[in-house]
Amino acid sequence: MSVTASVRKPLITGGKTAHDVTEDICRQVEGKPSKLWFTAMAISLGALAVGGYALIMTLWHGIGMWGLNKTVGWAWDITNFVWWVGIGHAGTLISAILLLFRQKWRMSINRAAEAMTIFAVICAAQFPLVHMGRLWLGFYWALPLPNTFGSLWVNFNSPLLWDVFAISTYFSVSLVFWYIGLIPDFATIRDRAQNKISKAIYGALSFGWDGAAKTWMRYESVALILAGLATPLVLSVHTIVSFDFATSVIPGWHTTIFPPYFVAGAIFSGFAMVQTLLLVTRKVYKLEHYITINHIELMNIIIMVTGSIVGIAYITEFVIAFYSGVEYEEYAFINRMTGPYWWAYWSMMTCNVISPQLFWVKKIRTNLAATFILSIVVNIGMWFERFVIIVTSLHRDYIPSSWAMFTPTFYDIGVYLFTFGLFFTAFFLFAKFFPVINLAEVKSILKSDSLKSKKEETINEMQEVQDLENN
Amino acid sequence: MKDSKKTYWKGLEELAQDESFKKYAQKEFPEYLPVNLQKGGFDEDEGSSSRRDFLKLMGFGVAAASLAACEAPVRKAIPYLNKPVDVDPGLANYYASTYVNGGDYCSVVVKTREGRPIKIEGNTLSPITRGGVSAQVEASVLSLYDDARLKKPFLNGKASSWEEVDKDIRGKLRSISTSGDKICLVSNTILSPTTKAVIADFQAKFPNTEHVIYDTYSAEGLKSAHQNLFGQAVVPSLDFSKAEVIVSFAADFLGTWISPIEFTKQYSQTRKLNNGKKTMSRHYHFEANLSLTGANADYRSMVKPSQEGLAVAALYNAIAKKAGAPGYNTAKVDVKFIEKAADELWAKRGRSLVVGGSNDPAVQTVIAKINDLLGNYGKTIDIETPVNFRQGSDRQMAGFINDLKGGRIGAVIFLNANPVYNHPQGSEIASGLEKIKLKVSTTDRMDETATLCDVVAPDNHYLESWNDAEPKPGHYSLAQPVIRPLFNTRQVQETLLSWAGSPQTYFDYLQDNWKTNFYQGDDTGLGFQTFWDKLLHDGVYEHEKAAIDEVSEDGVEEAFEGNSDLSGAFAAIGKNYKADNGGYELVLYQKVGLGDGSQANNPWLQEMPDPVSKATWDNYFTMSQADAEAIGVTMTPEGDTSYASLTAGGQTVKAPVLIQPGQTRGTIGLALGYGRSKAGKVADNVGANAYPLASMKDGVANYSVHSDVSIAVDAEKAKIARTQTHQTIMGRSIIQESTLPAYKKDPAAGRVYPKIATSEGFKAPGAISLWKGHEYNNHHWGLIVDMNSCTGCSACTVSCQAENNVPVVGKQEVLNRREMHWIRIDRYYTSNEPEEGLGKINKLRAMEDASDNPEVVFQPMMCQHCNNAPCETVCPVAATTHSSEGINQMTYNRCIGTRYCANNCPYKVRRFNWFKYHDNDQFADANTSMNSNLGKMVLNPDVTVRSRGVMEKCSLCVQRIQAGKLEARKENRRPVDGEITTACASACPADALLFGDMNDPNSRISKALKIKEKDKTHVEVGEPRAYHVLEELNVNPNVFYLTKIRNKDLGSEEA
Repeated sequence: MSVTASVRKPLITGGKTAHDVTEDICRQVEGKPSKLWFTAMAISLGALAVGGYALIMTLWHGIGMWGLNKTVGWAWDITNFVWWVGIGHAGTLISAILLLFRQKWRMSINRAAEAMTIFAVICAAQFPLVHMGRLWLGFYWALPLPNTFGSLWVNFNSPLLWDVFAISTYFSVSLVFWYIGLIPDFATIRDRAQNKISKAIYGALSFGWDGAAKTWMRYESVALILAGLATPLVLSVHTIVSFDFATSVIPGWHTTIFPPYFVAGAIFSGFAMVQTLLLVTRKVYKLEHYITINHIELMNIIIMVTGSIVGIAYITEFVIAFYSGVEYEEYAFINRMTGPYWWAYWSMMTCNVISPQLFWVKKIRTNLAATFILSIVVNIGMWFERFVIIVTSLHRDYIPSSWAMFTPTFYDIGVYLFTFGLFFTAFFLFAKFFPVINLAEVKSILKSDSLKSKKEETINEMQEVQDLENN
Repeated sequence: MKDSKKTYWKGLEELAQDESFKKYAQKEFPEYLPVNLQKGGFDEDEGSSSRRDFLKLMGFGVAAASLAACEAPVRKAIPYLNKPVDVDPGLANYYASTYVNGGDYCSVVVKTREGRPIKIEGNTLSPITRGGVSAQVEASVLSLYDDARLKKPFLNGKASSWEEVDKDIRGKLRSISTSGDKICLVSNTILSPTTKAVIADFQAKFPNTEHVIYDTYSAEGLKSAHQNLFGQAVVPSLDFSKAEVIVSFAADFLGTWISPIEFTKQYSQTRKLNNGKKTMSRHYHFEANLSLTGANADYRSMVKPSQEGLAVAALYNAIAKKAGAPGYNTAKVDVKFIEKAADELWAKRGRSLVVGGSNDPAVQTVIAKINDLLGNYGKTIDIETPVNFRQGSDRQMAGFINDLKGGRIGAVIFLNANPVYNHPQGSEIASGLEKIKLKVSTTDRMDETATLCDVVAPDNHYLESWNDAEPKPGHYSLAQPVIRPLFNTRQVQETLLSWAGSPQTYFDYLQDNWKTNFYQGDDTGLGFQTFWDKLLHDGVYEHEKAAIDEVSEDGVEEAFEGNSDLSGAFAAIGKNYKADNGGYELVLYQKVGLGDGSQANNPWLQEMPDPVSKATWDNYFTMSQADAEAIGVTMTPEGDTSYASLTAGGQTVKAPVLIQPGQTRGTIGLALGYGRSKAGKVADNVGANAYPLASMKDGVANYSVHSDVSIAVDAEKAKIARTQTHQTIMGRSIIQESTLPAYKKDPAAGRVYPKIATSEGFKAPGAISLWKGHEYNNHHWGLIVDMNSCTGCSACTVSCQAENNVPVVGKQEVLNRREMHWIRIDRYYTSNEPEEGLGKINKLRAMEDASDNPEVVFQPMMCQHCNNAPCETVCPVAATTHSSEGINQMTYNRCIGTRYCANNCPYKVRRFNWFKYHDNDQFADANTSMNSNLGKMVLNPDVTVRSRGVMEKCSLCVQRIQAGKLEARKENRRPVDGEITTACASACPADALLFGDMNDPNSRISKALKIKEKDKTHVEVGEPRAYHVLEELNVNPNVFYLTKIRNKDLGSEEA
């Protein structure tokens, strides 16, 4: 199926056979959940419950439960929304764009990354819903549905409406893409199932997959088509999210650089989140041979590159503000750096621009602990980026009489916590009941290196050489 | 295929074509009802109900019964059996009336809907207030629906009936009267001549009755001065409109002093500029607190109260030197602008005015003499037409308190007065009352005084009452009830009549009084009724023969001998004033919103931001930055500060500290009117009561304390809720201002014309628009805001609140920066010029701090009704759209509350309903107009009460526009210019707001803007002062601002 150069190193190490792969992955699905899993799940459900309380109070009493005011109409809500949507970019990027570019190393990570995407987008979608003053009307009035009010349509000029389309399209395509990929693996689990219940459930989930050559062929063409569909979406979703700001008149928002800058930032944060999750999964599920240090390094390089793009964007924005000669624009950026929210700006700069530069050092980017810490730092930084853009631009815009400060309340924090609970609950359920690595695809790259004819000893030798190199 | 002629029949019936067969042949299914409700409809055996039917019916019955038992909202809409002639559902009626609160006066027109008064407008027919109103007047309609009002009379602490109360009081009064004990009627100023006649009747019936009058903010000093100089203890009429130079020594004449509505009307005339008129009055202000008036001054000087007398003396000496009058030696005091003011006053002799807010007779005497030397009497000051607004006598009140303490009084009747709260010696009055046999109050609520009384005979609200008023001799004003008394209350006049034994109603009494004393017959021969009807229709009446009566009968003692010798006054000044007082000094003042605190239970006034400090729901010590630092108080912009305890004259008051730019160093300001304990749920325990800090000095009330004032910071932290937390303009061209000399040279002085760089050079923002514009074929509404006229008084804010059902949110929500006002008045202080050589960042930082004595500018800010509205494009559901008449309109029903529009509004005028403000216990204590059946009566039925989660904002009073257009259409004509106006513009006493149709070339707005040409995208304006705020954004508003012009000398940088 593939032509590989003789120097290419194996993507899956440990001399795994196809059967090993099946065993390694299915073991988690078929076995009893561990104590660790139960603990993690309990914590997630706890977060979900506390956050749920905050959410219900907000819905019951009104948006006033949050710290927003007449000047700052969006803060944590839209910050969290953009943050989660950004995170939700990595999965599709990995499975779609890297598929088109034939980056086979993606096969070990795409399943988890896509799952993360789905859950992140679900979390993101909570905020545009919850932030509405009248959710009970908003969730369908924002859709261009035929209605009995006469020719009452949505406002197609509004970037918020574009968001509705962008997010829902992205979510549906990602979901379908992810699910299609799962079907052969569900079939594997179904075939191995020992009891009737799991046989029935996985049987239903696998849509009667028969493993015939024709089926495989269709499977691959659908995957390719969906990848083709998903690719522009990766770029469009965050572009459109950035339009929420870029098309406005508020200094600090009204910026043409936003679309590429937001997309780069999204990939940046998405990969960081993939790192965070996979490093844990890899450890807990003992998947070191599938998610190798090579994967981690490659992802770190992407983080480093996108982090640099983001950094350049920050500086460009700043220079343009000066160059423009527009006093409001200049003030907005001076205020970001030196105003009352200076700490948010400098947290953002440190986390997003300075910290990923550490990955230039090979030792750091191949170090698991450093990667884990930096991946979290990056996501903190990306949260601050959105906070800086939204809150510091709004809190001091044109008319000084209306300048105000924003302070979050318990309910702001609670709703954010709710999405964390939601995300991790979903992710842990996924990790337990779904194969976390794409069995079918990984099996196709077991022998993709040029050493396939050699014996296992040699492979181990090669591994050692590689390890030496790494150190 | 060949047609088959064969037919198959199903049975013999078909073959035979039976009738019974034919009948049912087309009906496949038999008609059959399983339940037979009509007896005899079917055969007996078929019709009998089965068990199942029974159960079905049972089930239905139970369900129906339980549904019926659920309390369905009962909404009664009962049509009139006999419709009152003028009451048409949906149509408003307007009645002229008179607002009187103590000595505060305003001629008003009351709007009623379906018999409910809902809005107060100014009465343009009044020669005194000329259509102006104040925030207090606007808010008074809500006081009518105050839950704290008493609903029936009280006798010995128990609810009672009028019969019982009358019986009890008549008996007691008779016995007291026969025993020879004194009966005291205690009231504030009474403007009503007929009420005075009632009191005279009462006095005739009980000859040992004394009528004691005091004012909550005394003007005794002013009257004494005129007594000294002219032998008339009066407050003269002032005419600021004729004054070209105005010098005020701490008289807040635009805010709270004597007759602020009238003065604002006059003053604003002298501040208007246009092509024809390029002159302005020049206004010097010398004061300790930064008052509303001081904020409007051209030159403001900071003077401590302990220096005030010396400053006045210095001005006198400077003028006297020019006039050749004798000068008097006083200590030298270094006050800026005294010499300059003297020169200009002298140059404008007879066209100038010097006023003083001090209650010190000596100071007022010198001020009066200055005016005399300047020849202002008879020109800008009319002593022949004194005003009746302040009739109180501090000395008489002091005598009353003495008698009270000595137990020499048999009965006290408080006629709507609340001296226990609002008199400096309130606590002495409270303790003195214990010894009195009969204590009666007629106040409308169980206030601080009424709780100490045996009998409370609650008076009607003024909107439920008949009355008249005589603000000035010869000027009369009528008050008519616009609603039946809501509760079992009785007009105080009628109560007095009843106790004096007269069976007459006050209405008859009033009419009789007018018939005998004012009706002079008329040539038309239509008789008194016509005269009376016209009187009520106009609300005001001018009497030819102005008689000065009973103004000097208060028996003011003369402090100084002689009419022109001021040595006594100067001796008193020399004794009482010091040029360099070391300690802190306290200045008590009234706030524009709350005044003396009588309307403290009115949430509209509590939440109205103080025009200067922008603080709501509190009073506080105003201190200069340096003084606050000295006592260790820091205040964040968000209003986090500390409490401090101030001790003066043995009284200690605790209040938060507010750092106030413009506050004279060494002085501390504190507002009266707060700290009510028995006013109602809105006002109780809001702020601190400052009245005990006032003192009586030589028999007159003294509202400043010069010595032995100490202040210490408390450990307790406080938060002051301000609607504006950033105080300076940051060098932005949002405010465009200049000086008069510059304006005379170039009417466009101060204007900033933003230009946008394009490939073809710089262009005006409007020239490179992406927008297609709007076609306005009918009307094109616009609004002009003249920043030169606006004094910042905030009457517009409350007027808008009443008109548009704007909720009150309470202190905590103001702290959360969520006040809902649709029109706000932005107040900016100037900052010091940043030092040379500072970097950009440091410069910007320096601009955040206001100067010690800043210039102040007020900018009313409401929805700008942009033609290229940023809010309209971003709403996902098109809930905010542009009307065909230029209005940016909100469709509340469509709004889903994303708040995107508010974020994208450069003017930040959109207001979000963060909570449900109506029918919500959380807001019941603040938003009284939406949380009780009584309060809801004030709501304007033409305006939706917004639900939670909905965005709202200024609609340019679209309901008034619609009403005006309908009215015009009914009469088959175009609306006349001025017929339709917004609530803010109609309330403005300074005529700073002008609303009109820009499509009508003859409208005042078109003329004021000098509209040259109009097209879809652009209105070409010829008035050089007119500008759009944030023109560079090209949002192209329909609201224009006129530049602020200060009457300062060219190149004078000093404030």
